[in-house]
Amino acid sequence: MTEVENNGNRDGSRERYEVREHDVLIVGAGGAGLRAAVSAAERGLSVGIVTKSLLGKAHTVMAEGGMAAALGNVDPDDSWQQHFIDTMRSGKFINNWRMAEIHAKESPDRVYELEQWGALFNRTPEGKISQRPFGGHTYRRLAHVGDRTGLELIRTMQEKVLATDAKVYMETTITKLFKKDGRVVGALAYTRENGKFVLFRAKAVVMATGGWGRIFKVTSNSWEGTGDGVVLAYDAGAELVDMEMMQFHPTGMVWPPGVRGLLVTEGVRGEGGLLRNSKGERYMEKYDPEKMELSTRDVVARANYTEVQEGRGSEHGGVYLDITHLGYEGIMKKLPTMHEQFLKLADIDISKEPMEVFPTVHYTMGGIKVDPETCATNVPGLYAAGECAGGLHGANRLGGNSLSDLLVFGRRAGDGASEYVAQSTHSAEIAESDVLTEMARVLEPLEKEEGDESPYLMQQELQEAMMEHANLMRTGDSLEEGLGKVLALKDRLPGVKVGGTRLFNPGWHTAQDIRYLIQISEIILRTAMLRTERRGAQWRLDYDGPDDDLGKINFIVTKDEQGEIGIERREFPPMPEHLRELVEDKVPDMAGGEKRGPESQF
Amino acid sequence: MDSNAANEKDMASKAHADVHADEKATVDGRTAKLKIFRGDRQGGREVEYEIPLVEGMVVLDAVLNIQAHQAPDLAVRWNCKAAHCGSCSAEINGKPKLLCKARVEEYDGGEIHVAPLQAFPIIKDLVSDVSWNYEVSRGIKPFQSSEQAPFTMYEEDVERLYEPKKCIECFMCQDVCHVLRTHHKHPEFAGPRFFVRNQWLEMHPMDETERLADLKEKDGLGYCNITKCCTEVCPVGIKITDNSIIPLKERVADEYYDPAKWLMRKIRGNSRERNGSRNGR
Repeated sequence: MTEVENNGNRDGSRERYEVREHDVLIVGAGGAGLRAAVSAAERGLSVGIVTKSLLGKAHTVMAEGGMAAALGNVDPDDSWQQHFIDTMRSGKFINNWRMAEIHAKESPDRVYELEQWGALFNRTPEGKISQRPFGGHTYRRLAHVGDRTGLELIRTMQEKVLATDAKVYMETTITKLFKKDGRVVGALAYTRENGKFVLFRAKAVVMATGGWGRIFKVTSNSWEGTGDGVVLAYDAGAELVDMEMMQFHPTGMVWPPGVRGLLVTEGVRGEGGLLRNSKGERYMEKYDPEKMELSTRDVVARANYTEVQEGRGSEHGGVYLDITHLGYEGIMKKLPTMHEQFLKLADIDISKEPMEVFPTVHYTMGGIKVDPETCATNVPGLYAAGECAGGLHGANRLGGNSLSDLLVFGRRAGDGASEYVAQSTHSAEIAESDVLTEMARVLEPLEKEEGDESPYLMQQELQEAMMEHANLMRTGDSLEEGLGKVLALKDRLPGVKVGGTRLFNPGWHTAQDIRYLIQISEIILRTAMLRTERRGAQWRLDYDGPDDDLGKINFIVTKDEQGEIGIERREFPPMPEHLRELVEDKVPDMAGGEKRGPESQF
Repeated sequence: MDSNAANEKDMASKAHADVHADEKATVDGRTAKLKIFRGDRQGGREVEYEIPLVEGMVVLDAVLNIQAHQAPDLAVRWNCKAAHCGSCSAEINGKPKLLCKARVEEYDGGEIHVAPLQAFPIIKDLVSDVSWNYEVSRGIKPFQSSEQAPFTMYEEDVERLYEPKKCIECFMCQDVCHVLRTHHKHPEFAGPRFFVRNQWLEMHPMDETERLADLKEKDGLGYCNITKCCTEVCPVGIKITDNSIIPLKERVADEYYDPAKWLMRKIRGNSRERNGSRNGR
């Protein structure tokens, strides 16, 4: 049976660090990490799962709308091919096409697997899993249960994992990956409860740490979204891809201030919610007359933003999202969480009046570059899956493609890491001096005498700088100004000092996170400066459309020999014939794509 | 810079136009006072903090403001800040609450005392050690079906399962349950949260696992004397007593105290017919 261990050993031992050994160490316990764990555990491997929070609290729990999979239960014409086409179109064709193909083909199996493990989805009259429409999906495609699909997914996976031998280390934070002879062989962690150090020796490590939405002030992300996994992998030599691509969800709450940025599920639009400005106009007619409210997130987010900027916003600086036509009964059946959320937090009864919404930072398309088959990174022994990995979503993710991504590639990462372990004969020796050096670094903000920088206030400054300079509309000048601010913050990092002890000390924990946030912000700004075009989430006001040459490349980021950010323009391989013919007639110019209309597909 | 470029810059800079809206929304310089438990296993005391009152602010906002500006090592557990994850449960004025859902204005200028959940050992400040719950969870037999998905199940077969499946594991029902809180029956009693889980497992039309013996013996279902305290605190509105615990008690009674069933069990061993519909109809 699984052991769940809260915060390492409790015997009060005076050891400076304890050592745990596993075949596969999984960092992160959201959908991807848990699915990877099941794969490895079912092969009889020793699996350790490290999570910064309690089990079942990862950001997956926040997913509302559903899980995209071409089951064809409601629209029999749906197919993996159409799901592939929709995913590539939404990603503006800089997606990794092989990942998009695998994802489209395997998502249905992952939905049924969840059902086999006890997940419960809403049903069709024929007794099948029901599917709802969502932005950018040609057919009704999202398997869902009300507006709490993520909860169903994570609870099912959590209970599945608890029935294996995997060991879960709750409220434990990884600070560094260790390598030997070029391979990742382990990691150092501290327990949040009491600040004790744990050295994990592992033959393979799977990163499943989620996104980094906390670099922005208005975000739908929890405190955990600090991008640890991406920076840990980058520091270990891994390649990152598409880091300039941040998704702004079109509909976050705007009022009251305490809930600003809180997500309003796309399911509201999926169920027929209408967007209107202060003049009562259904303005999506101007931006995407064909798909209207069910256009892709990048398009709707910019539309909402533009309406407010041009003076047609609501009382608190948003636009109106109206679902009143569904009536109280319909809302309680399809969107009960939203009803409760607005009633409780904003005194709004959404069955009687419209919601006020505005874009909020939601998702990170970019991340660790992986092999589509195995989720291996370019660093032997290191794997990645879920939001912290990049490639599948390209320049813009479709709603519903995240939950399926977690399970499709979480499973592949678990399988890939397991096969690597089976073939490996290397030792996982880690030099004690390296461990002690890292422990000293982690303890520094707590133990040093000098310094007066508050990690909380630095994080706020960073969030404001990124809001100002790397938002959903960008210019070269503003990005450069933002970079200056971020570099100034980076220079102040050595001054971070916190008080208190190692006993559950959020100040000390935040002092660790701030390094990740600053590093990622710098990477985003630098790559966003280079992508001089309008494509998906990257919308440069100082350029007037997509650039054909940039449509053939991804920006690949690695840490260079000087320890600085190295950026490579890397052309992606051409699509094989069987995929190319799927999208050819949809997009006249594959490189540049559809450029017509007030808000083109780019 | 031509006018076009100036417009672009203006537009880009307006992207954060309301970044400071929360500071501006401070209500006429009014403040809120909170008394927060500061301490650990060795003991502690309440400390009063005063913060600027922001319109619509929830107690978690207040706690995080205190953390950022006055008490950087103040321990609090939270994640989603949207009442979806159940991390930030603590006690306000002695009642379990999700800190992210409790609005400061609700207390109408009255005292706000914030303390950790009391049914579990404290770690520090507002954080208690809830790991025992995961041990209980591990001991519950998971969903098991010999049928191969996709299942054919109709809405009417499964609609009663949606309610128990809404549970966000905030453990406030565990906190308020006197079997745990007052009588400390943790080793013998699974607690309301896990009766909720057992309920959907038992009522799932495709599940084939026997759990009634565990419920009766290991999970201590009989300890519950249906005072409904758990139902009252559930933040997602699960009628724990009426819809989870009582039906399970009925099943256990039916299984173990019905003389005909008892005789059948003697004859046939433990196998039994299950309630609920099979794969479709």
